[in-house]
Amino acid sequence: MSTEQFYNALRRGFAGSVPHVKELGIELSHADARSAEGRLPYRPEFLGDAEHQLIHTGVVTTLIDSVCGVALIAHIGQPTRIATLDLRVDYLRPSRPGKDLVCRAECYRLTDQIAFLRASVWQDRADEPVATSLAAFMRTGKPGDPAQKSGLR
Amino acid sequence: MSASKMEAARRLAREQRDCGALLGLVPYAAYIGLRIDLADPAAPVLRLPYKPSLIGNTALPALHGGVVASFMESAALMHLLLMLDEQRVPKSIDFSIDYLRSAHAEDSYAACAVERLGRRVAQVQIRCWQSDPARPVALARAHFLLGSL
Repeated sequence: MSTEQFYNALRRGFAGSVPHVKELGIELSHADARSAEGRLPYRPEFLGDAEHQLIHTGVVTTLIDSVCGVALIAHIGQPTRIATLDLRVDYLRPSRPGKDLVCRAECYRLTDQIAFLRASVWQDRADEPVATSLAAFMRTGKPGDPAQKSGLR
Repeated sequence: MSASKMEAARRLAREQRDCGALLGLVPYAAYIGLRIDLADPAAPVLRLPYKPSLIGNTALPALHGGVVASFMESAALMHLLLMLDEQRVPKSIDFSIDYLRSAHAEDSYAACAVERLGRRVAQVQIRCWQSDPARPVALARAHFLLGSL
């Protein structure tokens, strides 16, 4: 499979292969070696404060974890087993109902075993993020496996 | 309406151990299916019953990492609503989670501790486990803004 075919398969397979991503309705709008972007259309069930009409920050966190995972696999460029080690999210401003959430994530450092990612989430404008995040992932395949070698470019 | 509605929901939870109205204030927590066990009113245990739509990895299978995180965030929020006398749902400032092992396709539990309670900010530690409380699947911490109207 060529790299381009792999990205296409990743984009198509994302929602279909991850039940909770399908449940929430996250759509993968972009994935390549540099970054991935996912979009989550609004649903009233996502509210965390019904009275003040604010989206629950857990929805934002789930979107970030999902898009970071895709961004890492796209960065490596081939199917890889990965696991989130840790994730930190800063909630910069409230997320408003009725609007999609968009997340862009990128892997900025990849080693044989560990990957470091950053992500940003916004609604109206990319330069007014509702959240920013840093995450570390582990590549859970066997160390030293040739398939595990760096896909760094 | 807000203060009295929250007061009524909190009283129902504290006096009758009925958390339905309190969960109604946080639709997403109800959406993922969060439950609250108040057998020990001083130490609520939050439970996330397993359902297939929470799966993130079908091969293992394992719960989605985002589900574990958002369950723990929701747990902290419900803990604060139960234990404090806030008049509105606290706002999340930040959240950090360490994943210790993968979460299996089974019920999850969370317990919270408010390690620092100021006038405006609460720091909450959250522990999540499944069948064995001694083997947590994740540890997290969060800051919440209190008292904003």
